[in-house]
Amino acid sequence: MIIPIAIVSAIALMPASLHAEPLPSGTEFLSDDLKALQADEAANPGLLWVDEGARLWDTVQGAAGKACASCHGAARDSMRGVATRYPAVDPESGDLLNLEGRINLCRVRHQRAQRLAYESDALLALTAYVARQSLGMPMRVATGGAAAPFYEAGKEFFHRRQGQLNLSCAQCHDDNAGRPLRGDTISYGLGNGYPAYRLEWQTVGSLHRRLRSCAFGVRAVQFDYGSPEYVSLELFLAKRAEGVAIETPAIRR
Amino acid sequence: MALAPARVSMPAEAKAGEIIEIKALIRHPMETGYRVDARGQPIQRHIVQRFTVTYGDEEVFRMDLTQGVAANPFIAFHTVATRSGELVFTWEDDRGEVVTVSKLLTVTE
Repeated sequence: MIIPIAIVSAIALMPASLHAEPLPSGTEFLSDDLKALQADEAANPGLLWVDEGARLWDTVQGAAGKACASCHGAARDSMRGVATRYPAVDPESGDLLNLEGRINLCRVRHQRAQRLAYESDALLALTAYVARQSLGMPMRVATGGAAAPFYEAGKEFFHRRQGQLNLSCAQCHDDNAGRPLRGDTISYGLGNGYPAYRLEWQTVGSLHRRLRSCAFGVRAVQFDYGSPEYVSLELFLAKRAEGVAIETPAIRR
Repeated sequence: MALAPARVSMPAEAKAGEIIEIKALIRHPMETGYRVDARGQPIQRHIVQRFTVTYGDEEVFRMDLTQGVAANPFIAFHTVATRSGELVFTWEDDRGEVVTVSKLLTVTE
């Protein structure tokens, strides 16, 4: 019995050891025209949300009478590199937070404002604006310590078969990444471009919206926006994307 | 407000006679009017119908948009820099909303 267990654990370790080189970003699978659209600040429609985020950053909201800028100053300096480290564990509550969760926690804790609804234009705009400050910087999330159980949960989610089609994330995004599926190419499932402008949506959307689309595709349970399941998965995907540059707001098909 | 914001990108300076590229992007749903919502009710059409650009007191670009144009329309065109002046970009939609953006162009000899 000892030998089969050893083989199983060796296989389980394989995907991590394969990732010495950063995985290709989803941008690699776009046409030249779409790559140019993403790179052109005058043409990339996602920048409309970034502009809106910049406006909200300086807007006083909530009972505390504070704007984001009241504490954090210029996002260009204070938010630079922040998105590369998220999702991260909030030491006070012990919860794993993605950027959306962190922004809403800041609103409640420091601005005494209402939480912004997940997938609202305002939350997408602020998230895109914060992530944009890390443009071109490599993803580097912490998965040890307090984050370890969340990382393990995300990893387990990624490899678990689910839905009527009985597919795991890994079966498409590890085993078949780079190969065509219907009219598109299967990506490695990295979140480095989100919130992204997806042509199918004709708007900017969050990574969790994308995950829900994936779940719909394999006819599996769609978890709620911001659910612990998806935030843990987001952490695992961010670790997979280690070393991959942030592209928010990316263009995705 | 659905119509804001807009982004216009163009050079701030150009030589007289130089051909400059201008790119204009606006946030708008461009709802076709052909779709129905989850309850089967038609979604009312909501599109930008006209985009015009004036340079000084001259109209240099005009475009009529239809429901065939995707959301958040991006329009790029060229014009010749003749003299220093203001370019005014105007989007009008079918609900009477108007968004205007102005940009100054300085023309050097």
